[in-house]
Amino acid sequence: MSSPNGTPTKITQGSKTKGGIGESTLRPDGTLKVTGEFAYSSDMWHEDMLWGQILRSPVAHAEIVSIDTSEALALPGVYAVMTYDDLPTAVKNYGLEIQDTPVLAHGKVRHHGEPVAIVAADHPETARRAAAKIKVEYRELPVITDEASATAPDAILVHEGRDDHHVGHVPHPNIVHRQPIIRGDVQEASKKADFVIKGEYTFGMQDQAFLGPESGLAVPDEDGGVHLYIATQWLHSDLRQIAPVLGLPERKVRMTLSGVGGAFGGREDLSMQIHACLLALRTGKPVKIVYNRFESFFGHVHRHPAKLYYEHGATREGKLTHVKCRIVLDGGAYASASPAVVGNAASLGIGPYVVDDVEIEALALYTNNPPCGAMRGFGAVQACFAYEAQMDKLADAVGMDRVEFRQLNAMEQGTIMPTGQPVDSPAPVAELLRRVKAMPLPPEQQWLAAGEEADVRQLPGGLSNTTHGEGVVRGVGYAVGIKNVGFSEGFDDYSTAKVRMEVVGGEPVATVHTAMAEVGQGGVTVHAQIARTELGVAQVTIRPADTQVGSAGSTSASRQTYVTGGAVKNSCELVREKVLELGRRKFGSYHPAWATAELLLEGGKVVTDGGEVLADLVDVLEGESVEVEAEWRHRPTEPFDLRTGQGFGHVQYSFAAHRAVVEVDTELGLVKVIELACAQDVGKALNPLSVIGQIQGGTTQGLGVAVMEEIIVDPKTAKVRNPSFTDYLIPTILDTPTIPVDMLELADDHAPYGLRGVGEAPTLSSTPAVLAAIRNATGLELNRTPVRPEHLTGT
Amino acid sequence: MDFLRPASWEEALAAKAEHPTAVPIAGGTDVMVEINFDHRRPEYLLDLNRVGDLTEWEVGEDTVRLGASVPYTRIMEDLRGELPGLALASHTVASPQIRNRGGVGGNLGTASPAGDAHPALLAAGAEVEVESVRGSRLIPIDAFYTGVKRNALAADELIRAVHIKKADGPQQFSKVGTRNAMVIAVCAFGLALHPETRTVRTGIGSAAPTPVRAKTAEEFLNAALEEGGFWDNGKIITPSVAKQFADLCAAACNPIDDVRGTASYRRHAVGIMARRTLTWTWESYRGTAATTEGAA
Repeated sequence: MSSPNGTPTKITQGSKTKGGIGESTLRPDGTLKVTGEFAYSSDMWHEDMLWGQILRSPVAHAEIVSIDTSEALALPGVYAVMTYDDLPTAVKNYGLEIQDTPVLAHGKVRHHGEPVAIVAADHPETARRAAAKIKVEYRELPVITDEASATAPDAILVHEGRDDHHVGHVPHPNIVHRQPIIRGDVQEASKKADFVIKGEYTFGMQDQAFLGPESGLAVPDEDGGVHLYIATQWLHSDLRQIAPVLGLPERKVRMTLSGVGGAFGGREDLSMQIHACLLALRTGKPVKIVYNRFESFFGHVHRHPAKLYYEHGATREGKLTHVKCRIVLDGGAYASASPAVVGNAASLGIGPYVVDDVEIEALALYTNNPPCGAMRGFGAVQACFAYEAQMDKLADAVGMDRVEFRQLNAMEQGTIMPTGQPVDSPAPVAELLRRVKAMPLPPEQQWLAAGEEADVRQLPGGLSNTTHGEGVVRGVGYAVGIKNVGFSEGFDDYSTAKVRMEVVGGEPVATVHTAMAEVGQGGVTVHAQIARTELGVAQVTIRPADTQVGSAGSTSASRQTYVTGGAVKNSCELVREKVLELGRRKFGSYHPAWATAELLLEGGKVVTDGGEVLADLVDVLEGESVEVEAEWRHRPTEPFDLRTGQGFGHVQYSFAAHRAVVEVDTELGLVKVIELACAQDVGKALNPLSVIGQIQGGTTQGLGVAVMEEIIVDPKTAKVRNPSFTDYLIPTILDTPTIPVDMLELADDHAPYGLRGVGEAPTLSSTPAVLAAIRNATGLELNRTPVRPEHLTGT
Repeated sequence: MDFLRPASWEEALAAKAEHPTAVPIAGGTDVMVEINFDHRRPEYLLDLNRVGDLTEWEVGEDTVRLGASVPYTRIMEDLRGELPGLALASHTVASPQIRNRGGVGGNLGTASPAGDAHPALLAAGAEVEVESVRGSRLIPIDAFYTGVKRNALAADELIRAVHIKKADGPQQFSKVGTRNAMVIAVCAFGLALHPETRTVRTGIGSAAPTPVRAKTAEEFLNAALEEGGFWDNGKIITPSVAKQFADLCAAACNPIDDVRGTASYRRHAVGIMARRTLTWTWESYRGTAATTEGAA
């Protein structure tokens, strides 16, 4: 089955093995999670353990005049109170790329909720009361909250004396990183434009809103080290940041992944890890820290809010002539992943379209707003919201159908990105749009389907009973996006997998051990499938993730199935070779095919590619075990040039398209998304059910930031106004529409099994599709997301 | 924090008299949130869950006596005919789990302007039965809300029940939130037709420091309906009357800008909800009246 867009992957080894790749095997944690039995990191308990509590800054920007911990220390049940002065080594900061984040505030706080002191006590309530008894005197400073206040000539520097590797090329010290991309000649190309559309867009601050708040348990070890049980996205990245602050070699900081209740980027940065270890080492007792929801809003970074300025040009025939854009991301008080987010926003800033003449500038600010960093979609989300709005406006100006206009300009395999990098695997952008457009539309006035009475659940407002059809107008909108997969810009993005094969209880069993953080994405399911396919066994044991094995990299950037999956595949292949070698040694003389034929492992046996059985794996492995631990790398990337943005920066691209159908109560400004159809190329669905789950989840998270999700920061004080699920709303099941998914499987020949990372792309196009549908229903311009009732009613 | 667990209503009253700062807790859907978020640390919690009759209700001749702890789920499922406005409001309270725990007594005790039951109680007409060791009294709902999260209870009093007039005509309830379920009200509106007295009553939530009635709007509409003989002829209410009623309802608001919405949006939305709920209830009234009066 071939198509002009690409062809599916062909699998030989393990194609007959049950429970291998391509099957929707069930998750081992699924039933436990939906029945409430799964043990999350917050459920851990240790005999004699203490509870840690963090005291956080009530203001956004202030000098710390004094800290008095005496009353807190005097409280019975309190074992330790620690401030900056108690940190044990010269390393007092941490950070993913730039070590600018103080473990505990030193002389100054830079954002609302910054940790100032930590307490350990024998009861969580005692710890809270003790924290409240710490007296901190603040002298408030003016707050920096936007580009104007950050780059004003007399602006206070959020970080004095920067010496990181970006400071040399940024125009102002309150800019973390700036990445221009210049290709072709925009000046010249714009002369060919018959239509030019300029637009300004605003993207609100979204929270990952994972359900399991930050938590972990640090247990002191007898050798002076510590064992940290933790919910995180990347054990080894945590380790690299934790150990120096504790003054311990990495081997003395043992880490085991505990039950993770979602991540979406919000666990890439450290939260309570160092605090728990410090308290455990100070008191000699196990220390558990669990944030509540309120604290969780201050305990992790958020999605960067952004201002985006775009200029698009097109000819009368509908061909894009040029794009100019400027993307200003608010990184907040600390760098976190801002530099990489900037790289993504810039390099993916014009979307999946062919444009030869481009000028892009993306930058992230240092401000006193909450720190922002990684979140599903990572810089590509904000840009997609803006360029897709532009594409609609431009199509209207040209007088073309909005989908056809996109298809006419859609990139395909071979297209050159603004970075000069060719797209060297399938890029079925026009086809994805065709597919979502071809899906049948949901029937009109669905709320009357059940009978004469309006079913309010099908209407804007839902059970709140605000309309029975009055003022309701339907709208339809389309969008498509492009996301990179894996870590980019020259990062050594490897994973490690240890695979063992042996006979247990008379059966051949494979054991897979990685440090991959299972955060809900289903990696543990997929690893077992890969091992079955590659080793032809039924039984696979997945060892808990810990730092006793090499790094698996981050569970982010849609990379784990690709990279750690690739590492598992690679280690399995090396094990298979060793097993076959063993077989040849033991049984080679019995059959000539051992030497001549291509041999496979299928159904617990060594077979020829013709299907002839040569030996049972039990016999081959009798008295032996085969084990391989190996690192695996995808092809290397390179940094973007700091002036021109040129460079082979990305590993792989991922594409999804959406069609949104909404009903808008135009009088009350309430929105009901009826359907969000998605078409996505996934390269190869290793587990189709999990892939659909990822697409539906990403789609819903995109819907959230279209119509409700926003952390509201007071522009005068830089304080967070809605740190709770009462006022930070995420979609409920009644807000979640039907999400039909059309999945393409066009192999990327560079990737294991031809697969394509899937987790993020659907988060991109979902938001602009919903916005486009609301614009379609209301005729309003709506240059900001999320849309609020006030915006729709002009009140 | 001391946890008081009276086994009977009399013991509860005695405990409240002895510890007037004690915070009563039944479903805990408000109180526990406040405690968990450290917004308040009461000296005493007075657990009413062992006081059985608080979860019972009686349907009388003209009123329903609704125990303070009757869960919203029961109101939705068992009292839809008698208390249609409150049943609709109950359906908008939080999630199924919380509706299984929370009751109207808690809404009244907290007296938040955003409590979902208030507009329905104001529109239906209700009295709050409160009691202390000193005795029992009925507080008219119009006099119950005295300020932001303040009510007319004395320090030693507990809410035992609410006496709500049984519906003698159609009732409606609408609530605006920025999510289609499980959402705190940006603003809310309750409306009840009372054909027996030929009056209309309203209730507005989250658009003033306390839940309020739109009294000027009610008076205007009562007069307009009377003047036009609408109660008898069952004619469609003219758009200009509906609009003026809606405008007067909006004008009855005294809202603020906050993280959930702007004051001007709240006023606007209350007007829209007033017009729509009037249309729905009146259509329903005409539907039932039509059999005797004939359609207009």
